[in-house]
Amino acid sequence: MSTRTIYLALAVLLALWVVVPIFLIATLAFSDRASVFAWPKGILPQHFSLETISFFFGVAGVGKAIGNSLIVAGLTLLFAVLLGAPAGYALARYRFAGADAYRILILLTRAFPLAILAIPLAVRFINLGLYDTPLGVALVHTALALPFAVLVTSSLFLGIPRELEEAAWTLGCNRIQAFLKVVLPLALPGLAATAIFAFVISWNEVFAATLLTLRERTLPAFLLTALNDSPLPFRFAGGFFLIVPALVFIFVIRRYLFTLWGIANR
Amino acid sequence: MRSERYIPYLLVLPSVIFLLFLFAWPLVEALLLSIRGSEGWTLEHFQRMAADLYFKDAVKYTVLLAVVVVPLQVILALCMAMLLGGISKGRDLFLYVWTIPLGISDLAAGIAWLAIFTERGYLNSFLQALGLIQEPRLWLSYETPAMLFLAVVAAEVWRATAIVLVILVAGLQLIPKEYNEAAEVFGATPWRRFWKVTLPLLMPSLQVALILRTILALEVFAVVVALGGRNLPVLAGEAYFWYNAYQNPGVAAAYSVLILGISVLATLLYLRLMRPRQEVAA
Repeated sequence: MSTRTIYLALAVLLALWVVVPIFLIATLAFSDRASVFAWPKGILPQHFSLETISFFFGVAGVGKAIGNSLIVAGLTLLFAVLLGAPAGYALARYRFAGADAYRILILLTRAFPLAILAIPLAVRFINLGLYDTPLGVALVHTALALPFAVLVTSSLFLGIPRELEEAAWTLGCNRIQAFLKVVLPLALPGLAATAIFAFVISWNEVFAATLLTLRERTLPAFLLTALNDSPLPFRFAGGFFLIVPALVFIFVIRRYLFTLWGIANR
Repeated sequence: MRSERYIPYLLVLPSVIFLLFLFAWPLVEALLLSIRGSEGWTLEHFQRMAADLYFKDAVKYTVLLAVVVVPLQVILALCMAMLLGGISKGRDLFLYVWTIPLGISDLAAGIAWLAIFTERGYLNSFLQALGLIQEPRLWLSYETPAMLFLAVVAAEVWRATAIVLVILVAGLQLIPKEYNEAAEVFGATPWRRFWKVTLPLLMPSLQVALILRTILALEVFAVVVALGGRNLPVLAGEAYFWYNAYQNPGVAAAYSVLILGISVLATLLYLRLMRPRQEVAA
Protein backbone atom coordinates (compact mmCIF):
# COMPACT_ATOMS: atom_id res chain seq x y z
CA MET A 1 0.00 0.00 0.00
CA SER A 2 1.42 3.37 -0.93
CA THR A 3 1.92 6.18 1.55
CA ARG A 4 -0.66 8.21 -0.30
CA THR A 5 -3.35 5.59 0.30
CA ILE A 6 -2.50 5.44 3.99
CA TYR A 7 -2.74 9.22 4.24
CA LEU A 8 -6.08 9.19 2.50
CA ALA A 9 -7.39 6.41 4.73
CA LEU A 10 -6.32 8.30 7.85
CA ALA A 11 -7.93 11.49 6.55
CA VAL A 12 -11.19 9.67 5.87
CA LEU A 13 -11.06 8.13 9.34
CA LEU A 14 -10.65 11.57 10.93
CA ALA A 15 -13.47 12.95 8.79
CA LEU A 16 -15.70 10.11 10.03
CA TRP A 17 -14.74 10.92 13.62
CA VAL A 18 -16.12 14.42 13.04
CA VAL A 19 -19.18 13.49 11.03
CA VAL A 20 -20.48 10.39 12.80
CA PRO A 21 -21.69 12.07 16.04
CA ILE A 22 -23.48 14.72 13.95
CA PHE A 23 -25.02 11.99 11.85
CA LEU A 24 -26.13 10.07 14.94
CA ILE A 25 -27.83 13.03 16.57
CA ALA A 26 -29.48 13.96 13.27
CA THR A 27 -30.74 10.39 13.05
CA LEU A 28 -32.23 10.61 16.53
CA ALA A 29 -33.79 14.00 15.84
CA PHE A 30 -35.60 12.57 12.81
CA SER A 31 -36.78 9.35 14.43
CA ASP A 32 -39.97 8.57 16.26
CA ARG A 33 -40.09 8.34 20.00
CA ALA A 34 -39.85 4.57 20.06
CA SER A 35 -36.59 4.60 18.07
CA VAL A 36 -35.05 7.18 20.39
CA PHE A 37 -35.61 4.85 23.33
CA ALA A 38 -34.95 1.67 21.37
CA TRP A 39 -32.45 -0.85 22.64
CA PRO A 40 -30.20 -1.90 21.09
CA LYS A 41 -29.96 0.77 18.42
CA GLY A 42 -28.84 0.30 14.85
CA ILE A 43 -26.52 2.84 13.30
CA LEU A 44 -28.92 3.57 10.48
CA PRO A 45 -32.19 5.41 10.98
CA GLN A 46 -35.08 3.03 11.56
CA HIS A 47 -38.25 5.01 11.00
CA PHE A 48 -38.01 8.46 9.54
CA SER A 49 -40.38 10.64 11.50
CA LEU A 50 -40.90 14.25 12.46
CA GLU A 51 -42.32 13.21 15.83
CA THR A 52 -39.24 14.15 17.86
CA ILE A 53 -38.64 17.45 16.10
CA SER A 54 -42.27 18.52 16.29
CA PHE A 55 -42.39 17.50 19.95
CA PHE A 56 -39.40 19.77 20.53
CA PHE A 57 -41.01 22.75 18.81
CA GLY A 58 -44.23 22.08 20.65
CA VAL A 59 -42.68 22.44 24.11
CA ALA A 60 -43.77 25.67 25.74
CA GLY A 61 -40.98 28.23 25.70
CA VAL A 62 -38.97 26.82 22.81
CA GLY A 63 -40.38 29.23 20.25
CA LYS A 64 -39.76 32.18 22.52
CA ALA A 65 -36.22 30.99 23.29
CA ILE A 66 -35.43 30.69 19.57
CA GLY A 67 -36.83 34.18 19.07
CA ASN A 68 -34.68 35.52 21.90
CA SER A 69 -31.62 33.77 20.52
CA LEU A 70 -32.18 35.40 17.14
CA ILE A 71 -32.65 38.85 18.69
CA VAL A 72 -29.56 38.51 20.89
CA ALA A 73 -27.42 37.17 18.04
CA GLY A 74 -28.72 39.89 15.71
CA LEU A 75 -27.88 42.63 18.21
CA THR A 76 -24.46 41.09 18.86
CA LEU A 77 -23.75 41.02 15.13
CA LEU A 78 -24.77 44.66 14.81
CA PHE A 79 -22.75 45.89 17.81
CA ALA A 80 -19.67 43.85 16.95
CA VAL A 81 -19.51 45.14 13.38
CA LEU A 82 -20.39 48.75 14.23
CA LEU A 83 -17.84 48.94 17.04
CA GLY A 84 -15.23 46.64 15.56
CA ALA A 85 -15.01 47.68 11.92
CA PRO A 86 -14.03 51.35 12.57
CA ALA A 87 -11.34 50.20 14.98
CA GLY A 88 -10.14 47.63 12.47
CA TYR A 89 -10.00 50.33 9.81
CA ALA A 90 -8.00 52.61 12.10
CA LEU A 91 -5.49 49.83 12.84
CA ALA A 92 -5.12 49.04 9.16
CA ARG A 93 -4.80 52.56 7.77
CA TYR A 94 -3.23 54.77 10.43
CA ARG A 95 -0.10 54.71 12.48
CA PHE A 96 -0.96 56.29 15.79
CA ALA A 97 0.41 56.36 19.29
CA GLY A 98 -1.34 53.72 21.35
CA ALA A 99 -2.10 51.41 18.43
CA ASP A 100 0.02 48.66 19.94
CA ALA A 101 -1.48 49.15 23.38
CA TYR A 102 -4.90 48.86 21.76
CA ARG A 103 -3.93 45.61 20.01
CA ILE A 104 -2.76 44.19 23.32
CA LEU A 105 -6.00 45.24 25.02
CA ILE A 106 -7.91 43.42 22.30
CA LEU A 107 -5.84 40.27 22.64
CA LEU A 108 -6.10 40.37 26.43
CA THR A 109 -9.87 40.23 26.28
CA ARG A 110 -9.56 36.75 24.85
CA ALA A 111 -7.43 35.61 27.75
CA PHE A 112 -10.05 36.05 30.45
CA PRO A 113 -12.60 33.46 31.48
CA LEU A 114 -16.18 34.36 30.76
CA ALA A 115 -17.26 33.63 34.32
CA ILE A 116 -15.32 36.61 35.56
CA LEU A 117 -17.34 38.91 33.29
CA ALA A 118 -20.72 37.28 33.56
CA ILE A 119 -21.06 37.10 37.34
CA PRO A 120 -20.43 40.77 38.22
CA LEU A 121 -22.44 41.88 35.19
CA ALA A 122 -25.37 39.77 36.27
CA VAL A 123 -25.28 41.53 39.64
CA ARG A 124 -24.90 44.96 38.05
CA PHE A 125 -27.49 44.43 35.31
CA ILE A 126 -30.19 43.91 37.94
CA ASN A 127 -29.68 47.51 39.08
CA LEU A 128 -29.47 48.81 35.54
CA GLY A 129 -32.64 47.07 34.40
CA LEU A 130 -30.67 45.06 31.85
CA TYR A 131 -30.99 41.75 33.68
CA ASP A 132 -33.19 39.24 31.89
CA THR A 133 -33.28 41.29 28.68
CA PRO A 134 -31.97 40.30 25.23
CA LEU A 135 -30.03 43.59 25.18
CA GLY A 136 -28.10 42.68 28.33
CA VAL A 137 -27.09 39.28 26.95
CA ALA A 138 -26.18 40.86 23.62
CA LEU A 139 -23.84 43.31 25.37
CA VAL A 140 -21.89 40.48 27.01
CA HIS A 141 -21.81 38.53 23.74
CA THR A 142 -20.49 41.64 22.00
CA ALA A 143 -17.62 41.72 24.48
CA LEU A 144 -16.80 38.18 23.29
CA ALA A 145 -17.19 38.89 19.58
CA LEU A 146 -15.60 42.35 19.46
CA PRO A 147 -11.93 41.24 19.61
CA PHE A 148 -12.49 38.98 16.62
CA ALA A 149 -14.36 41.69 14.75
CA VAL A 150 -11.52 44.19 15.26
CA LEU A 151 -8.73 41.81 14.26
CA VAL A 152 -10.56 40.36 11.29
CA THR A 153 -11.68 43.69 9.86
CA SER A 154 -8.20 45.10 10.37
CA SER A 155 -6.65 42.34 8.24
CA LEU A 156 -9.51 42.76 5.80
CA PHE A 157 -8.84 46.48 5.27
CA LEU A 158 -5.11 45.83 5.07
CA GLY A 159 -5.85 43.64 2.07
CA ILE A 160 -7.52 46.50 0.20
CA PRO A 161 -4.85 48.64 -1.47
CA ARG A 162 -4.54 52.09 -0.06
CA GLU A 163 -3.91 53.43 -3.55
CA LEU A 164 -7.51 52.77 -4.56
CA GLU A 165 -8.68 55.01 -1.79
CA GLU A 166 -6.14 57.69 -2.59
CA ALA A 167 -7.19 57.63 -6.23
CA ALA A 168 -10.75 58.31 -5.14
CA TRP A 169 -9.58 61.28 -3.09
CA THR A 170 -7.76 62.81 -6.06
CA LEU A 171 -10.90 62.31 -8.13
CA GLY A 172 -12.78 64.51 -5.72
CA CYS A 173 -14.26 62.16 -3.15
CA ASN A 174 -13.97 63.15 0.48
CA ARG A 175 -12.86 60.54 2.99
CA ILE A 176 -16.32 59.27 3.78
CA GLN A 177 -17.37 59.08 0.12
CA ALA A 178 -14.16 57.28 -0.77
CA PHE A 179 -14.76 54.77 1.99
CA LEU A 180 -18.39 54.17 1.03
CA LYS A 181 -17.82 53.98 -2.73
CA VAL A 182 -14.46 52.25 -2.97
CA VAL A 183 -13.51 50.43 0.22
CA LEU A 184 -16.87 49.25 1.45
CA PRO A 185 -17.91 47.31 -1.68
CA LEU A 186 -14.57 45.50 -1.63
CA ALA A 187 -14.79 44.79 2.08
CA LEU A 188 -18.40 43.65 2.04
CA PRO A 189 -17.85 39.86 1.77
CA GLY A 190 -15.31 39.94 4.61
CA LEU A 191 -17.57 42.11 6.71
CA ALA A 192 -20.38 39.64 6.11
CA ALA A 193 -18.13 36.82 7.31
CA THR A 194 -17.28 38.83 10.43
CA ALA A 195 -20.96 39.42 11.06
CA ILE A 196 -21.82 35.75 10.67
CA PHE A 197 -19.02 34.85 13.01
CA ALA A 198 -20.33 37.24 15.65
CA PHE A 199 -23.80 35.77 15.15
CA VAL A 200 -22.56 32.22 15.74
CA ILE A 201 -20.51 33.20 18.81
CA SER A 202 -23.71 34.58 20.31
CA TRP A 203 -25.93 31.72 19.09
CA ASN A 204 -23.63 29.17 20.75
CA GLU A 205 -22.89 30.95 24.02
CA VAL A 206 -24.54 29.36 27.02
CA PHE A 207 -22.82 30.33 30.29
CA ALA A 208 -23.44 34.08 30.30
CA ALA A 209 -26.84 33.67 28.69
CA THR A 210 -27.94 31.36 31.49
CA LEU A 211 -26.63 33.62 34.25
CA LEU A 212 -28.11 36.79 32.78
CA THR A 213 -31.63 35.57 32.10
CA LEU A 214 -34.52 34.11 33.99
CA ARG A 215 -37.57 34.25 31.76
CA GLU A 216 -36.08 35.66 28.58
CA ARG A 217 -33.91 32.60 27.96
CA THR A 218 -31.95 32.17 24.76
CA LEU A 219 -32.16 28.71 23.20
CA PRO A 220 -28.91 27.35 24.71
CA ALA A 221 -29.83 28.77 28.12
CA PHE A 222 -33.31 27.28 27.85
CA LEU A 223 -31.91 23.89 26.85
CA LEU A 224 -29.30 23.89 29.59
CA THR A 225 -31.69 24.73 32.38
CA ALA A 226 -34.28 22.26 31.10
CA LEU A 227 -31.69 19.53 30.54
CA ASN A 228 -32.01 17.62 33.78
CA ASP A 229 -35.75 17.25 33.78
CA SER A 230 -36.44 16.87 30.10
CA PRO A 231 -36.85 13.62 28.16
CA LEU A 232 -34.10 12.46 25.81
CA PRO A 233 -36.01 13.21 22.56
CA PHE A 234 -36.26 16.85 23.63
CA ARG A 235 -32.53 17.06 24.33
CA PHE A 236 -31.53 15.39 21.07
CA ALA A 237 -33.84 17.52 18.94
CA GLY A 238 -32.58 20.64 20.75
CA GLY A 239 -28.95 19.63 20.29
CA PHE A 240 -29.53 18.98 16.62
CA PHE A 241 -31.26 22.31 16.15
CA LEU A 242 -28.29 24.06 17.78
CA ILE A 243 -25.87 22.36 15.37
CA VAL A 244 -27.67 23.20 12.11
CA PRO A 245 -26.70 26.90 11.91
CA ALA A 246 -23.12 25.89 12.70
CA LEU A 247 -22.92 23.71 9.62
CA VAL A 248 -24.25 26.48 7.41
CA PHE A 249 -21.90 28.97 9.08
CA ILE A 250 -18.70 27.04 8.42
CA PHE A 251 -19.78 26.53 4.82
CA VAL A 252 -20.44 30.21 4.24
CA ILE A 253 -17.28 31.53 5.86
CA ARG A 254 -14.89 28.73 4.86
CA ARG A 255 -12.88 31.15 2.68
CA TYR A 256 -12.28 33.41 5.66
CA LEU A 257 -11.61 30.71 8.20
CA PHE A 258 -7.92 31.42 8.45
CA THR A 259 -8.35 35.14 8.69
CA LEU A 260 -10.80 34.55 11.51
CA TRP A 261 -8.75 32.16 13.59
CA GLY A 262 -5.30 32.17 12.06
CA ILE A 263 -5.12 35.81 13.02
CA ALA A 264 -3.98 34.71 16.45
CA ASN A 265 -0.53 34.30 14.93
CA ARG A 266 0.11 37.96 14.51
CA MET B 1 -3.90 69.30 4.47
CA ARG B 2 -5.87 69.58 7.65
CA SER B 3 -4.65 67.73 10.65
CA GLU B 4 -6.15 64.27 10.62
CA ARG B 5 -4.36 62.95 13.62
CA TYR B 6 -7.55 62.70 15.61
CA ILE B 7 -9.25 60.37 13.09
CA PRO B 8 -7.84 57.00 14.28
CA TYR B 9 -8.66 57.87 17.89
CA LEU B 10 -12.19 58.74 16.90
CA LEU B 11 -12.51 55.37 15.17
CA VAL B 12 -11.09 53.38 18.06
CA LEU B 13 -12.84 55.27 20.83
CA PRO B 14 -16.27 53.54 20.75
CA SER B 15 -14.75 50.09 21.12
CA VAL B 16 -12.44 51.28 23.92
CA ILE B 17 -15.36 52.75 25.85
CA PHE B 18 -17.32 49.56 25.29
CA LEU B 19 -14.48 47.35 26.52
CA LEU B 20 -13.96 49.56 29.57
CA PHE B 21 -17.58 49.08 30.58
CA LEU B 22 -18.01 45.45 29.64
CA PHE B 23 -14.56 44.15 30.27
CA ALA B 24 -12.28 46.16 32.53
CA TRP B 25 -15.02 47.22 34.90
CA PRO B 26 -16.57 43.78 35.49
CA LEU B 27 -13.08 42.39 35.97
CA VAL B 28 -12.47 44.77 38.86
CA GLU B 29 -16.00 44.19 40.06
CA ALA B 30 -15.47 40.41 40.17
CA LEU B 31 -12.36 40.82 42.28
CA LEU B 32 -14.23 43.13 44.64
CA LEU B 33 -17.22 40.80 44.83
CA SER B 34 -15.00 37.95 45.88
CA ILE B 35 -13.24 39.83 48.70
CA ARG B 36 -16.00 42.08 50.02
CA GLY B 37 -18.51 40.90 52.57
CA SER B 38 -21.42 42.52 54.34
CA GLU B 39 -18.95 44.32 56.62
CA GLY B 40 -15.78 45.27 54.80
CA TRP B 41 -13.00 43.13 53.36
CA THR B 42 -13.16 39.44 53.95
CA LEU B 43 -11.91 36.07 52.82
CA GLU B 44 -15.13 34.35 53.81
CA HIS B 45 -16.17 33.70 50.20
CA PHE B 46 -12.93 31.92 49.46
CA GLN B 47 -13.15 30.00 52.72
CA ARG B 48 -16.71 28.96 51.95
CA MET B 49 -15.65 27.93 48.47
CA ALA B 50 -12.74 25.85 49.79
CA ALA B 51 -14.90 24.23 52.46
CA ASP B 52 -17.57 23.19 49.96
CA LEU B 53 -18.11 19.50 49.36
CA TYR B 54 -17.62 19.83 45.61
CA PHE B 55 -14.60 22.14 45.71
CA LYS B 56 -11.77 19.61 45.71
CA ASP B 57 -13.30 17.52 42.96
CA ALA B 58 -14.03 20.61 40.91
CA VAL B 59 -10.39 21.73 41.05
CA LYS B 60 -9.18 18.20 40.41
CA TYR B 61 -11.41 17.50 37.41
CA THR B 62 -10.97 20.94 35.81
CA VAL B 63 -7.19 20.76 35.93
CA LEU B 64 -7.14 17.09 34.96
CA LEU B 65 -9.40 17.78 31.98
CA ALA B 66 -7.13 20.56 30.75
CA VAL B 67 -4.05 18.39 31.24
CA VAL B 68 -5.57 15.48 29.31
CA VAL B 69 -7.63 17.31 26.67
CA VAL B 70 -5.24 20.04 25.50
CA PRO B 71 -2.26 17.80 24.61
CA LEU B 72 -4.60 15.36 22.86
CA GLN B 73 -6.05 18.19 20.81
CA VAL B 74 -2.65 19.59 19.89
CA ILE B 75 -1.27 16.20 18.85
CA LEU B 76 -4.38 15.34 16.87
CA ALA B 77 -4.43 18.77 15.19
CA LEU B 78 -0.74 18.46 14.37
CA CYS B 79 -1.37 15.08 12.74
CA MET B 80 -4.29 16.54 10.77
CA ALA B 81 -2.22 19.52 9.63
CA MET B 82 0.64 17.27 8.48
CA LEU B 83 -1.82 14.92 6.76
CA LEU B 84 -3.20 17.86 4.78
CA GLY B 85 0.29 18.41 3.43
CA GLY B 86 0.36 14.84 2.14
CA ILE B 87 -3.01 14.94 0.43
CA SER B 88 -3.32 16.47 -3.00
CA LYS B 89 -6.88 15.66 -4.01
CA GLY B 90 -9.76 16.70 -1.80
CA ARG B 91 -7.63 18.78 0.56
CA ASP B 92 -10.25 21.51 0.77
CA LEU B 93 -13.02 19.01 1.40
CA PHE B 94 -11.14 17.43 4.31
CA LEU B 95 -10.31 20.82 5.74
CA TYR B 96 -13.97 21.79 5.55
CA VAL B 97 -15.21 18.62 7.22
CA TRP B 98 -12.53 18.73 9.93
CA THR B 99 -13.37 22.32 10.83
CA ILE B 100 -17.14 21.80 11.10
CA PRO B 101 -16.93 21.51 14.92
CA LEU B 102 -15.65 25.13 15.01
CA GLY B 103 -19.23 26.26 14.72
CA ILE B 104 -20.69 23.77 17.17
CA SER B 105 -21.43 24.97 20.68
CA ASP B 106 -20.18 23.16 23.75
CA LEU B 107 -23.76 22.42 24.76
CA ALA B 108 -24.59 20.84 21.41
CA ALA B 109 -21.37 18.82 21.51
CA GLY B 110 -22.28 17.56 24.96
CA ILE B 111 -25.72 16.52 23.76
CA ALA B 112 -24.31 14.80 20.67
CA TRP B 113 -22.01 12.71 22.85
CA LEU B 114 -24.85 12.08 25.28
CA ALA B 115 -26.53 10.23 22.42
CA ILE B 116 -23.51 7.94 22.34
CA PHE B 117 -22.84 7.42 26.04
CA THR B 118 -26.38 7.43 27.43
CA GLU B 119 -27.89 4.26 28.82
CA ARG B 120 -29.65 3.20 25.64
CA GLY B 121 -27.13 4.98 23.48
CA TYR B 122 -24.90 3.96 20.61
CA LEU B 123 -21.94 2.84 22.71
CA ASN B 124 -23.99 0.32 24.63
CA SER B 125 -25.70 -0.82 21.42
CA PHE B 126 -22.28 -1.31 19.86
CA LEU B 127 -20.97 -3.27 22.84
CA GLN B 128 -24.10 -5.40 22.78
CA ALA B 129 -23.62 -6.10 19.08
CA LEU B 130 -20.09 -7.26 19.88
CA GLY B 131 -21.53 -9.52 22.56
CA LEU B 132 -19.64 -7.80 25.36
CA ILE B 133 -22.72 -6.81 27.34
CA GLN B 134 -26.29 -8.09 27.53
CA GLU B 135 -28.05 -5.23 29.28
CA PRO B 136 -27.45 -1.45 28.91
CA ARG B 137 -24.82 -0.18 31.29
CA LEU B 138 -24.70 3.20 32.98
CA TRP B 139 -21.66 5.22 31.99
CA LEU B 140 -22.53 8.73 33.10
CA SER B 141 -23.53 8.31 36.73
CA TYR B 142 -21.55 9.49 39.72
CA GLU B 143 -20.58 5.87 40.32
CA THR B 144 -18.61 5.77 37.07
CA PRO B 145 -16.48 8.93 37.26
CA ALA B 146 -13.73 7.48 35.05
CA MET B 147 -16.10 6.74 32.20
CA LEU B 148 -17.87 10.08 32.62
CA PHE B 149 -14.49 11.78 32.49
CA LEU B 150 -13.67 9.86 29.34
CA ALA B 151 -16.95 10.94 27.74
CA VAL B 152 -16.17 14.59 28.49
CA VAL B 153 -12.67 14.18 27.06
CA ALA B 154 -14.11 12.63 23.89
CA ALA B 155 -16.64 15.43 23.47
CA GLU B 156 -14.05 18.14 24.11
CA VAL B 157 -11.49 16.65 21.75
CA TRP B 158 -14.19 16.19 19.14
CA ARG B 159 -15.44 19.76 19.47
CA ALA B 160 -12.36 21.90 19.96
CA THR B 161 -9.54 20.25 18.03
CA ALA B 162 -10.63 22.27 15.00
CA ILE B 163 -9.56 25.57 16.61
CA VAL B 164 -6.05 24.22 17.14
CA LEU B 165 -6.03 22.84 13.60
CA VAL B 166 -6.87 26.19 12.05
CA ILE B 167 -4.20 28.00 14.06
CA LEU B 168 -1.58 25.40 13.14
CA VAL B 169 -2.49 25.30 9.44
CA ALA B 170 -2.28 29.09 9.33
CA GLY B 171 1.11 28.84 11.05
CA LEU B 172 2.35 26.23 8.58
CA GLN B 173 1.48 28.54 5.70
CA LEU B 174 3.85 31.13 7.14
CA ILE B 175 6.86 28.77 7.02
CA PRO B 176 8.85 29.35 3.81
CA LYS B 177 8.99 26.21 1.64
CA GLU B 178 12.74 26.72 1.09
CA TYR B 179 13.66 25.47 4.56
CA ASN B 180 12.08 22.07 4.03
CA GLU B 181 13.45 21.85 0.50
CA ALA B 182 16.95 22.63 1.73
CA ALA B 183 16.67 19.94 4.39
CA GLU B 184 15.48 17.50 1.74
CA VAL B 185 18.47 18.32 -0.48
CA PHE B 186 20.74 17.46 2.44
CA GLY B 187 19.02 14.11 2.73
CA ALA B 188 16.88 14.61 5.83
CA THR B 189 14.07 12.08 6.13
CA PRO B 190 10.48 13.39 6.34
CA TRP B 191 10.46 12.42 10.02
CA ARG B 192 13.65 14.41 10.71
CA ARG B 193 12.40 17.35 8.66
CA PHE B 194 9.28 17.43 10.80
CA TRP B 195 11.23 17.43 14.08
CA LYS B 196 14.13 19.64 13.07
CA VAL B 197 12.54 22.13 10.68
CA THR B 198 8.76 22.28 10.79
CA LEU B 199 8.15 21.86 14.50
CA PRO B 200 10.63 24.50 15.74
CA LEU B 201 9.34 27.01 13.19
CA LEU B 202 5.79 26.22 14.22
CA MET B 203 6.51 27.05 17.87
CA PRO B 204 4.83 30.49 17.90
CA SER B 205 1.61 29.02 16.54
CA LEU B 206 1.80 26.09 18.94
CA GLN B 207 2.23 28.51 21.80
CA VAL B 208 -0.83 30.50 20.77
CA ALA B 209 -2.87 27.34 20.34
CA LEU B 210 -1.78 25.92 23.69
CA ILE B 211 -2.51 29.11 25.62
CA LEU B 212 -5.87 29.69 23.95
CA ARG B 213 -7.01 26.11 24.34
CA THR B 214 -5.86 25.85 27.96
CA ILE B 215 -7.73 28.99 28.93
CA LEU B 216 -10.86 27.68 27.22
CA ALA B 217 -10.42 24.21 28.71
CA LEU B 218 -10.30 25.67 32.22
CA GLU B 219 -13.72 27.22 31.53
CA VAL B 220 -15.29 23.91 30.53
CA PHE B 221 -18.95 23.97 31.46
CA ALA B 222 -21.80 23.01 29.14
CA VAL B 223 -20.23 19.79 27.85
CA VAL B 224 -19.90 18.56 31.40
CA VAL B 225 -23.40 19.63 32.41
CA ALA B 226 -24.95 18.04 29.33
CA LEU B 227 -23.19 14.73 29.90
CA GLY B 228 -23.23 14.36 33.64
CA GLY B 229 -25.01 17.23 35.34
CA ARG B 230 -23.08 17.79 38.52
CA ASN B 231 -21.74 14.23 38.67
CA LEU B 232 -18.42 15.57 37.42
CA PRO B 233 -17.99 18.92 39.19
CA VAL B 234 -15.90 21.57 37.40
CA LEU B 235 -14.99 25.12 38.43
CA ALA B 236 -17.15 27.03 35.95
CA GLY B 237 -20.05 24.73 36.78
CA GLU B 238 -19.63 25.46 40.49
CA ALA B 239 -19.57 29.20 39.79
CA TYR B 240 -22.83 28.72 37.92
CA PHE B 241 -24.45 26.67 40.70
CA TRP B 242 -23.39 29.10 43.42
CA TYR B 243 -24.79 32.01 41.48
CA ASN B 244 -27.98 30.43 40.17
CA ALA B 245 -29.02 27.79 42.65
CA TYR B 246 -27.54 29.15 45.87
CA GLN B 247 -27.93 32.85 44.97
CA ASN B 248 -24.49 33.61 46.31
CA PRO B 249 -22.59 35.98 43.97
CA GLY B 250 -19.67 36.24 46.42
CA VAL B 251 -18.71 32.58 46.27
CA ALA B 252 -19.50 32.47 42.54
CA ALA B 253 -17.10 35.39 42.05
CA ALA B 254 -14.49 33.58 44.17
CA TYR B 255 -14.73 30.62 41.78
CA SER B 256 -14.36 32.89 38.76
CA VAL B 257 -11.29 34.54 40.31
CA LEU B 258 -9.85 31.07 40.91
CA ILE B 259 -10.40 30.15 37.24
CA LEU B 260 -8.68 33.38 36.23
CA GLY B 261 -5.79 32.68 38.59
CA ILE B 262 -5.21 29.19 37.17
CA SER B 263 -5.48 30.56 33.61
CA VAL B 264 -2.87 33.24 34.28
CA LEU B 265 -0.57 30.69 35.91
CA ALA B 266 -0.90 28.33 32.96
CA THR B 267 -0.24 31.14 30.47
CA LEU B 268 2.90 32.24 32.32
CA LEU B 269 4.06 28.65 32.47
CA TYR B 270 3.68 28.23 28.70
CA LEU B 271 5.45 31.52 28.01
CA ARG B 272 8.36 30.42 30.20
CA LEU B 273 8.62 26.87 28.93
CA MET B 274 8.29 27.77 25.27
CA ARG B 275 10.66 30.72 25.08
CA PRO B 276 12.13 30.87 21.59
CA ARG B 277 15.53 29.21 21.57
CA GLN B 278 18.55 31.05 20.24
CA GLU B 279 19.63 28.39 17.76
CA VAL B 280 16.23 28.49 16.13
CA ALA B 281 16.53 32.17 15.41
CA ALA B 282 20.10 31.82 14.16
